[in-house]
Amino acid sequence: MVEQKERLHYEVQGQCLIVYVTEDLDHHLAKELRERSDRLIQSGGIRHIIFDFEGVRFMDSSGIGLLMGRYKKVLFIGGKAAVTHVGREIDRIFKMSGLYQIIERYETPQEAVAQL
Amino acid sequence: MKTMGKNKMKIEFNSDSRNESFARTVVAAYVTRLDPTLEELADIKTAVSEAVTNSIIHGYGGRDGQIIVTCEIEGRKITVTVEDHGVGIADIEKAMEPLYTTKPEWERSGMGFAFMEAFMDDLQVSSTLQKGTTIVMKKEIAAK
Repeated sequence: MVEQKERLHYEVQGQCLIVYVTEDLDHHLAKELRERSDRLIQSGGIRHIIFDFEGVRFMDSSGIGLLMGRYKKVLFIGGKAAVTHVGREIDRIFKMSGLYQIIERYETPQEAVAQL
Repeated sequence: MKTMGKNKMKIEFNSDSRNESFARTVVAAYVTRLDPTLEELADIKTAVSEAVTNSIIHGYGGRDGQIIVTCEIEGRKITVTVEDHGVGIADIEKAMEPLYTTKPEWERSGMGFAFMEAFMDDLQVSSTLQKGTTIVMKKEIAAK
């Protein structure tokens, strides 16, 4: 299992990169997540990206920009993007922005890894 | 002691992205006296976050500058003002179009104004080139 409540972390399972968000996703955090996850994607072996939102209660449009950007990145290498543990607050933002048209939603990262 | 009529607060801070969470948290704390629902609180936090992020990214373009946030409570109505003295917006109408962004390379989704409009009851944008931008947002908190 994954360590709990640590500030942002990343995990690679097979061809999937799992990004555990854990905090309010705004422009400040998006910058950090973008740099780290792109470096990991570039290092090779990764096709799909999964963003886990367990415990996250806030996201603004910067999060949408981040997810769309990563979606485009993995699409280019034949991969998919997914989100997991999406709470009510985050779900509302995803629905409003139409994000579910391009990004799949699963309950847990394990389920996403199995499906992608 | 209960003050009558308007109640107002004002904060000023640098255009540092760490202040995005500071600003929305302060405004949320200020309006809790109206006993908003979690959804109303989320609406306000998102709208403030969008406006402050716009000032940091577009107004100041990553450079240092001051951002002033005021919040006024009158009855059950709140008015949040976010003001910067940055570059200003050349075409406000265009800037407010959903998905339009002048900074695609910064991965801006172009949804900032759309979110502010969706989450607040009223949104006014005024801007002067090289002088700055002021966003005024209003919302009524439903009585319980």
